[in-house]
Amino acid sequence: MSRVFLMLDKIIHYILLFGISIGVLMLSLLLVTVVTDGWGRLSLGFLTNPPSANPDKAGIAPAFWGSVWVVGLAALISLPLGIATALYLTEFSRHERLNKIIYFNITNLAGVPSVVYGLVGLSFLTYTLGLGRSVIAGAITLAFLILPVIIVASIEAIKAVPELHKLGAYALGANKLQVIARVILPQSLPGALTGGILAVSRALGEAAPLLVISGLLFTRKTPAGLLDQFTVLPLQIFNWVSRPQTAFRELSAAAIIVLLILLLLMNMSAVILRNRLQRRVVE
Amino acid sequence: MRRNKALSSTTVAASLLVLTVGFISGYMLATSLSQGQVVTITVTAQTPDGFTVTPQELRGDIIIDGSSTVYPITEAVAEAFMELFPDVSVTVGISGTGGGFKRFVTGESDVNDASRRIEELEMEIARENGVEWIEIPIAIDGLTVAVNMANDWVDCLTIEELKAIWEPGSGVRRWSDVRPEWPDAEIRLYGPGPDSGTFDFFTAKVVGREKASRTDYVASEDDNVLVAGLEAEKYALGYFGYAYYVENRDRIRAVPINADGECVEPSDETIKSFQYPLSRPIFIYVNKEYFEQKPHLQRFVYFYLEKAEGFVEQVGYTPFSELYYRRAVALIKEGVYDRLLDIALIP
Repeated sequence: MSRVFLMLDKIIHYILLFGISIGVLMLSLLLVTVVTDGWGRLSLGFLTNPPSANPDKAGIAPAFWGSVWVVGLAALISLPLGIATALYLTEFSRHERLNKIIYFNITNLAGVPSVVYGLVGLSFLTYTLGLGRSVIAGAITLAFLILPVIIVASIEAIKAVPELHKLGAYALGANKLQVIARVILPQSLPGALTGGILAVSRALGEAAPLLVISGLLFTRKTPAGLLDQFTVLPLQIFNWVSRPQTAFRELSAAAIIVLLILLLLMNMSAVILRNRLQRRVVE
Repeated sequence: MRRNKALSSTTVAASLLVLTVGFISGYMLATSLSQGQVVTITVTAQTPDGFTVTPQELRGDIIIDGSSTVYPITEAVAEAFMELFPDVSVTVGISGTGGGFKRFVTGESDVNDASRRIEELEMEIARENGVEWIEIPIAIDGLTVAVNMANDWVDCLTIEELKAIWEPGSGVRRWSDVRPEWPDAEIRLYGPGPDSGTFDFFTAKVVGREKASRTDYVASEDDNVLVAGLEAEKYALGYFGYAYYVENRDRIRAVPINADGECVEPSDETIKSFQYPLSRPIFIYVNKEYFEQKPHLQRFVYFYLEKAEGFVEQVGYTPFSELYYRRAVALIKEGVYDRLLDIALIP
């Protein structure tokens, strides 16, 4: 009997190994093709030049700064909103049932396809509010896209704050605001920000909702204000991939490398934040 | 322990601040760099093509949208234009001819790239919104029917045969259904999707009714997908814009089309003379009211026509005669632009 279990153990070991190796294989295949295609096109000029009909002069400056503007603004809008919502739901609201309903809906919203947010943004922000195909319309759309993820992460982080710490602070005469500012936020912020950064890096890679709002666009100007038209890295990549000349496909591979490096940096900072949090809990 | 926590949240806040400052200063650096570049460009561009306005006097936005077929030409023109006129910002979108017209007929865009003429329905909406337009043919595209390199049986196709293959409810399943002597193998079809002006033109010209097509084929708005499919499958047949064929001559083979008993292969010559039956003019549509109001839009349109020949060739399409472009500029300046297509088609 034990022999059968031993066999089973081994088989499951190999099945799981097979599973992970497929994932790793696909990823390395992607990386290898992208890097071999795009490496030769990477240079300082590629980062600082605007796109061009001449592939040798083409760069990603407007798309890069467009991404920084739109995603940066989306983070500025959604992080405070998300953390505030989480605080309200965990610390203030007294309606258990209402809370549950809201929480349920928020987790559902996190699963709505991103293009739906784009369509809502297009009809409401672009046309009804008259914001046009602007940076701010794109930023608000992305902010709402990642808001549910940030709220859920923040709620988890806040719930992880030991009840004893809170009660201790209350016992010492602290009022609610003081407890939030001195006890809850310092302990939950790293966790909330970790979730936030992961959500923001998702926003950085999104093409669908912004494709609906800004369209595929050729522009040589980096955005200078909230109402400017914009393009972002994923859309620039999309634009180049569909061109007939191979040179443009090399450019898109180079842009993919830049996007991957940005994503890696953001995810790394999330990991570092999480490690700090864990160390503190051990303390 | 408490102090420790406060300290680390300060560190987090501080690092966030540093990041923000870094981004902002980096942005300012990049902006000042690009301004520096612009200045040098203006200096080198002291003798533009002999017009009266100096580059510094023109400023404003030009919003262009529309066909992905026309896009490469417009992009090249816009880029060269902005190097001469750094204060004019031109943006070029890709929404397809129809998608672009939806914005154009409400006055949302200044120019629409179009790979077909404006349709009756679009004209109606334009009239309701008080939008008038100038239709300017800018180049010729030869829609190319292509097959796999290993395909050695197709030497020529007639329009009737293409119609039999592509019409709605077509009974053609195998190559032998087209001509009995061809292989008894399943025919694999590739073509653009229904938002494309190429699709509109092909169905109108070949099937006889716009947007009437069989639907059981691999449809993609991305012509590279079509080329890749034709390259991989021996029994494939597909159609797309000429520029994609020119770029991929070594991967796929173009099928000559029978025109009045003579098989014509797509080439710059046969497309230009319209001897190749699937040649089509491609256009830009300019909002007339904006054109009259905005000097920078006028300058852009003239610049487009003056430079069109070179740019059209550069991106793989076929230009009209040099004479046409000069005539078009003169006629638009005179305010006579109703019959530009007729003039363009004079051999």
